[in-house]
Amino acid sequence: MSVNEGQQHPLSMYLKVWILLFVLSTFSYLVDFFQFQGFLRWTLILVFMFLKAGLILSIFMHIAWERSTLVMALGLPTIALMFLITLMMIEGDTTNLSRGVFFSG
Amino acid sequence: MASDKDLLDSSTAWQKINSDWAADKETFGMPWGKLMMWVFLVSDTFIFSVFLIGYMNVRLSITEPWPNTSEVFSLTIAGHHLPLILIAIMTFVLITSSGTMALAVNAAYQRNRALTFKLMLATALLGASFVGMQVFEWTKLIMEGVRPWGNPMGAAQFGSTFFMITGFHGLHVSAGVIYLLVVANRVRRGYYESKGYHIVEIVGLYWHFVDLVWVFIFAFFYLW
Repeated sequence: MSVNEGQQHPLSMYLKVWILLFVLSTFSYLVDFFQFQGFLRWTLILVFMFLKAGLILSIFMHIAWERSTLVMALGLPTIALMFLITLMMIEGDTTNLSRGVFFSG
Repeated sequence: MASDKDLLDSSTAWQKINSDWAADKETFGMPWGKLMMWVFLVSDTFIFSVFLIGYMNVRLSITEPWPNTSEVFSLTIAGHHLPLILIAIMTFVLITSSGTMALAVNAAYQRNRALTFKLMLATALLGASFVGMQVFEWTKLIMEGVRPWGNPMGAAQFGSTFFMITGFHGLHVSAGVIYLLVVANRVRRGYYESKGYHIVEIVGLYWHFVDLVWVFIFAFFYLW
């Protein structure tokens, strides 16, 4: 049995996160099942999504125990995506507005 | 020289980054295969992000109504009409497979070969059943007349984004199943006894990433 090999963590922690992911997925499904609409719907969807993504990344993919050098190398390029998202939101809205003007007759 | 290491471990995040990049050593202290998997996953993040951002863009710009995904993906099981039920089951199957994968990584580092093999096999089977359900979903939608260029329920862009995004994700799951089976078989044969079991953690990173992408697809495509 080797001692200093890779990421080793107690089994109970994985099981807890597993159960938590099940519960969060059930909640996401219930958002649709009960047909929550409007602001409440988007907020709940995003909260459950980020919680699930955070749990998978930090615990299952062991980001929580990796050195900040790796976390930074992975995180900085990913954060740059916010720029593209913002630009495409503005672009999409503009296209929608001009279609509203030109397709209406 | 243990005191140097203690000093490094107690330093702040920026001090660690500084010393990792500046010191005369490998910057990322991990097996190269693991680092390369992370680099690949970052590039894959960009591919899936571009698909999802493209989907966001067309959905913001359309003037026709978007099909109601809650109804499109509903099924009637034993007389009960359940919205989005197939996608919910697929989500649970994928999360279950992520759990068995996490346990496989744990078992591998404890050098429990038989258990690692069984858990990886279970992960692959769950992944294959996910793909099977996706095939069922695609067949159902194609029979209802959904095409990449149009559909009877609403905006034409629904078909193109649906087939592109879920198709690319399904391709990742299928590739993951093959990857899992190859490595699981090698674990069973004892191929990694001398090399060490980092490979199982690396396969795990890939598999959890596939699950991670599904979390975003589920939220943005199916629930939104």
